[in-house]
Amino acid sequence: MAAISREEVAHLARLSRLAVTEEELDTFAGQLDVILQAVAQVGKVAAADIPPTSHSVPLTNVLREDVETPCLTPEEALSGAPDVDQQRFRVPRILNEDLAS
Amino acid sequence: MSDLTTKTAAEIAALVAGGETSAVEVTQAHLDRIAAVDDQVHAFLHVDTEGALAAARAVDERRAAGEPLGPLAGVPVAVKDVLATKGVPTTVGSKILEGWRPPYDATIVERLRAAGTVMLGKTNMDEFAMGSSTEYSAYGPTRNPWDLNRIPGGSGGGSSAALAAYEAPLAIGSDTGGSIRQPGAVTGTVGAKPTYGGTSRYGLVAFSSSLDTPGPCARTVLDAALLHEAIGGHDPRDSTSIPQPVPDVVAAAKLGATGDLTGVKLGIVTEFAGEGAEPGVLAVFREAVDALTKLGAEIVEVSCPHFTYALPAYYLIAPSECSSNLARFDGVRFGLRVGDDGSRSLEEVMSLTREAGFGPEVKRRIMLGTYALSSGYYDAYYGQAQKVRTLITRDFTAAFEQVDALISPTTPFVAFPIGARTSDPYQMYLADLFTIPTNLYGGPGISVPCGLSDGLPVGLQVMAPTMADDRMYRVAAALESAVGTFTPPAL
Amino acid sequence: MTTTLPSYDDVVARYEPVIGLETHVELGTRTKMFCGCPTDFGGEPNTRVCPVCLGLPGSLPVVNKAAVEATIRIGLALNCSIADWCRFARKNYFYPDMPKNFQISQYDEPLCVDGYLDVEVNGETVRIGIERVHMEEDTGKTLHVGGATGRIHGATESLVDYNRAGIPLVEIVTKPIPGTGELAPEVARAYVTELRDVIRSLGVSDVRMEEGSLRCDVNTSLNLPGQEWGTRTETKNVNSLRSVERAVRSEMLRQASVLDAGGRITQETRHFQEDTGDTRPGRSKETATDYRYFPEPDLVPIAPDPAWVAELKAALPELPRVHRRRLQEQWGLSDLDMQSVLNAGAVELIEQTVAAGATPAAARKWWLGELSRRANETGVELVDVGATPEQVAELQGLVDAGKLNDKLARTVLEGVVAGEGSPTEVMTSRNLEVVSDTGALTAAVDEAIAANPDIADKIRSGKVAAAGALVGAVMKTTRGQADAKTVRELILARLGA
Repeated sequence: MAAISREEVAHLARLSRLAVTEEELDTFAGQLDVILQAVAQVGKVAAADIPPTSHSVPLTNVLREDVETPCLTPEEALSGAPDVDQQRFRVPRILNEDLAS
Repeated sequence: MSDLTTKTAAEIAALVAGGETSAVEVTQAHLDRIAAVDDQVHAFLHVDTEGALAAARAVDERRAAGEPLGPLAGVPVAVKDVLATKGVPTTVGSKILEGWRPPYDATIVERLRAAGTVMLGKTNMDEFAMGSSTEYSAYGPTRNPWDLNRIPGGSGGGSSAALAAYEAPLAIGSDTGGSIRQPGAVTGTVGAKPTYGGTSRYGLVAFSSSLDTPGPCARTVLDAALLHEAIGGHDPRDSTSIPQPVPDVVAAAKLGATGDLTGVKLGIVTEFAGEGAEPGVLAVFREAVDALTKLGAEIVEVSCPHFTYALPAYYLIAPSECSSNLARFDGVRFGLRVGDDGSRSLEEVMSLTREAGFGPEVKRRIMLGTYALSSGYYDAYYGQAQKVRTLITRDFTAAFEQVDALISPTTPFVAFPIGARTSDPYQMYLADLFTIPTNLYGGPGISVPCGLSDGLPVGLQVMAPTMADDRMYRVAAALESAVGTFTPPAL
Repeated sequence: MTTTLPSYDDVVARYEPVIGLETHVELGTRTKMFCGCPTDFGGEPNTRVCPVCLGLPGSLPVVNKAAVEATIRIGLALNCSIADWCRFARKNYFYPDMPKNFQISQYDEPLCVDGYLDVEVNGETVRIGIERVHMEEDTGKTLHVGGATGRIHGATESLVDYNRAGIPLVEIVTKPIPGTGELAPEVARAYVTELRDVIRSLGVSDVRMEEGSLRCDVNTSLNLPGQEWGTRTETKNVNSLRSVERAVRSEMLRQASVLDAGGRITQETRHFQEDTGDTRPGRSKETATDYRYFPEPDLVPIAPDPAWVAELKAALPELPRVHRRRLQEQWGLSDLDMQSVLNAGAVELIEQTVAAGATPAAARKWWLGELSRRANETGVELVDVGATPEQVAELQGLVDAGKLNDKLARTVLEGVVAGEGSPTEVMTSRNLEVVSDTGALTAAVDEAIAANPDIADKIRSGKVAAAGALVGAVMKTTRGQADAKTVRELILARLGA
């Protein structure tokens, strides 16, 4: 049985903001299925009582003093932006038309 | 090929410090070499000729003025394109960052400058460091100087290939699942992954934050140690940076070079000694083990039962973190934007941008990670992988109660032909089978050349406890003293 | 959408409301949550940004110690337990005001949990349970262009400024608050007011709702008596204390009308409309259902040292409730009088006026009388009426010194509020000082006696009460600038009475 359907892959693509093509959907569905079946092996390990590890470094309380450091200039900050207006980052309209009505 | 390009970093630094050559001469020699061979190798994405010569002149001027020089003053270094370099293009091997010139330097880049090194340019890599062959670079593959039809490993194939092709004596890599060590192994060079937190990630474009570790690449163990020492140590800008001094890796490399491993106990990971690796690789590995025994090391077998689950755990953890880390590449603040023709909404433009800007492997991992973090699947996938991570760490801890360091082949197979594994992503993932456990644990690992199989390099991996990076340098240097270094056929 | 709403009395007679509040407070630290950029309000766009708060590739966050400390102090003031170990998590969703397309927040491991805040409503104490207090980062600000009135609807493009991105936020979440019945809107308002005062007393934020440094989301549900709690809605964009109250009330009315019509309440985000006082559905975000939270791998856990927490606890200032009780005692006010001081928002003003030298009674008289009246007339908060506690104390000092009488003092206050200067300055420039020069007064008195011989005779014959008419005459000739008591004494002395 497949671990993941084509529809689920389409949903993941939407969540991930990837405008994948129909052809890609077919390819990715097959590949992700193979990968997921392989990585699902982690489920075979009996680990009910095992605490999870999210950091390999045993550090806590890494805190910074509340002291100002230099900012970028607006020119530097905006230097890589695809579109700038009024010293701000310009983006196309945020709402989709069907929602804006 | 100029004599200067075949020298080690230690030799170059001594020549510059002694006034026997100038930093400009050294730099020019390497720039000439790049101009001569990089058409074939394609190790570099960007060569910063002017910046390199300016940095070299500054070193020469400081020397002339009698000012103190850094320990690697005048030594050229190639930097993997995953590190932010102020004003110098930084692409991470991706179309989505084409043309981006960061307004800041990574900590490691700052430290390289402080050490007096000369940055030659930025090296090729699998897009966002996801891959084991550098074939996933959006800017075309890098070729292995040992055989131009074969891959140089990945993701940092550019850095390792630059070393093997004598385009640079030192290079910076980054290792999330083996991206320093595996390219080192298949190009016959040295690649060290420091303890996680031992080198700063500030300015390293993140793939998987809890695993990414920048580190040194070189042609000799001593050179790697010198570079490690120059870039390592605590950085307050990286919260996961360990506030301790760098272990004395240079002294350890020098000690190892004496060829004496008496009293050192090494463990062969049972799970990695039998299956999974090519017969040729295993044969060379066994000869290397014999060599280590002759140097006085005691060799035992150590079982690390959960290492079998390292690869699946890694391919849940790394994609999960990557799916979040790569969300910022949306065409708003930097990089590519596609489809903004006035008719489309932001979400459509973002989706078209990411679709066009990311290659297939990156998309696969983003979707895989998005899946693994989804509320219905979190416990079974990401959560379970984190628990496996704990078990792998326990395996390491138990092993290091028995032995000083663990050894294995670095990678299961020698450099494979370009194109051989791209159609089946999971086959590509197997290249990191032996290197991944170390990343999950957070300890250091080094790959050192140990022989040739059918004329292609094989690497031996030494794994040590966290913050015992010096131990692996000692073992690696000892092995190097026994088996020598390996030079590819002339290009 | 428009339906006839039931009456509020009818709604609370038939339904029981459950409310809950999520409040965001911008901390007043010097620098941002995870980088050293300054947090000052305003500023040219994109001038207070760095690689970290812009989310540039490769940048990494480092936690601001002062923000952690402020959060712990808020937690302690709200009677919370401080976690001995907690973590940050990433909340993943795409939105252009969020530079990384994830927000660093806290999820299942907040810094402070399980506290309460007592608030007073109609003289009764209501204990509001606090679920959690956690740290997160603010977003940038988006300017919508091309649509009407700068709103996102109909905009053709948007412009983003990241100055605000990364400013430390503390989110304070109440437990569900059942059982308040018809008082639910007042309880909500009283809670936000008390929370604001607590946080202000800690000095960790300026908690100004109009500037957005205190923002409130209101959860509301209705259920029939004896039945399970209903589906709740979350109302955002509630930007004043008054709006908190109105938002709860209007959402109760709306939900009741939906339920009455046999409908079901949808769990959704709604937006409060300041102009109409009702709520409207927000945008449905498909991603809102799954933020894919996971532990922030770029940060390590926070494990506050118990000694540090104890130190912070010991150093907490007197909290507003305790403080108020002490003041009430000092000022000798009844509960009812204190309540009117509270309702007028005059506690601190009176306190500062007393500190500047006035008696509590005088200070209360000015702030609850003349100044409250003016504030009501002009529709401003008392604190913004235009007079400072120092000025009020100075004014009272002039009265006490006999330089102003009550009527003159009110005129002087008018001048002060109009920005003409300090009470003394206004008195001098408008020439309002009480005439105390006895020579001039005596002349005026003699003049009045001469002009009113009949009245003078009555006084001489012992009818002292008749003196009032002569006092009035003197006051008239001195344009009210004489002290009535002095005038009266002079008249009686002159007439030998």
